[in-house]
Amino acid sequence: MSSIMLPGADGALYQRDHSWHPAANTPGYKSTTFRAPRQPLLAIGATASELTGPTFGHSMLGALDNDLIRNYSQDGTEAIGQRMIVFGQVLDENARAVPNTLVEFWQANAGGRYRHKKEGYLAALDPNFGGCGRTITDENGFYSFRTVKPGAYPWPNGGNDWRPAHIHFSVFGHAFAQRLITQMYFEGDPMIWQCPIVATVPDKAGIDQLIARLDRHNTTPMDSLAYRFDIVLRGRRSTMFENKLEGN
Amino acid sequence: MLHPVPTLRETPSQTAGPYVHIGMTPNFAEIRGIYDADPGLAMLTPDTVGERIEIVGRIVDGAGSPVGDAVVEIWQADAAGAFAAPMGPNSNSAPAFSGWGRQPVNGDGVFTFQTIKPGPVAGPDGKPMAPHVSLWIVARGINIGLQTRLYFADETEANAADYVLNRIADPRRRQTLIARREEGALPRYVLDIYLQGDKETVFFDV
Ligand SMILES: [Fe+3]
Repeated sequence: MSSIMLPGADGALYQRDHSWHPAANTPGYKSTTFRAPRQPLLAIGATASELTGPTFGHSMLGALDNDLIRNYSQDGTEAIGQRMIVFGQVLDENARAVPNTLVEFWQANAGGRYRHKKEGYLAALDPNFGGCGRTITDENGFYSFRTVKPGAYPWPNGGNDWRPAHIHFSVFGHAFAQRLITQMYFEGDPMIWQCPIVATVPDKAGIDQLIARLDRHNTTPMDSLAYRFDIVLRGRRSTMFENKLEGN
Repeated sequence: MLHPVPTLRETPSQTAGPYVHIGMTPNFAEIRGIYDADPGLAMLTPDTVGERIEIVGRIVDGAGSPVGDAVVEIWQADAAGAFAAPMGPNSNSAPAFSGWGRQPVNGDGVFTFQTIKPGPVAGPDGKPMAPHVSLWIVARGINIGLQTRLYFADETEANAADYVLNRIADPRRRQTLIARREEGALPRYVLDIYLQGDKETVFFDV
């Protein structure tokens, strides 16, 4: 009956600010209508089951896991599209780096087509593009991968809704209660502001957090553009704080 | 010394979308050759200690239809009630039981995990919580991952004293987290998860 915590990680998480996240039921995004719980969430506080979480060793990674241009190449040909590096830092709400955490990403190809049997968009598949990758953040919380810029695509929501170019992200952190899935958009894309899924985020400043910035300094000359996307996970109170509370 | 105060805001959640399998279970999505195996698919190793069980759940939406495109992750203690120690960054020695699993649901909204029954974990009050498995559910139409727990019907006494179950004011709603036991080749615990309606599952703000 014990639990092993990460060093310095035994404080409770800051309460999640649900007004900063999308509500469960957002009528503009029609799929939420029958899938959004209607009862209020039950606050259970943090127990060891939420304050611990899975960790992954770098040894799980294949050499091309963070290179979507090449990791599905069938014959050595690279994926078609605008080549780019996506990178950033995973931080917590205390602005501390989150090292050694698994980051997964998936996306449509340069034409806006996913390699998925339920995908009906007529844009062509790229035989050398699978659309998924993963990496583990370094000791300073940084991740990076190489890919092609995904295309926008239409989806059956309102009749003529289009998703802006985006990349899906899954991040673990070090506690199961930090688990996060989100989407990254591209600076300057006018379609961001027309998207019902983007619009589920209630605050414009929150949407702004989902927009990657073009970073000219990290481009590879004659090869790849670079976009920076930092991700913030929930932070922890320190035990110091809790001791103080008891002392007061 | 001052305690830290949050200076950044959490990145807002966005739905995992209809193509979540590409990123999280690519082999299941028939994208083969990138990863050897979908992560979290196999939880057990020959060295795992504990009673082998199967956990089966079905996710149902507010119209009574199965949610056929979800991905479910679980996180649990080992048979002794301990959570796996974090792996070192360059470790090649995965633990005998990592405590983490990930499964896509099938077209009927059904997920299956082969795992072990967890031991009791200490609650915030210092008393043991009843054995349980934490669940996290993502899918198209779910804007932020849903957190809940699965408890075991044959732990009647422990369930009655459980810290979290007792925070659910309506005793009938406590039942939405308790999986019934069925006998089979492996003991099987079955739980239906309702996203809406009279039988709506209790989801947590953790
Ligand atoms: Fe998408």
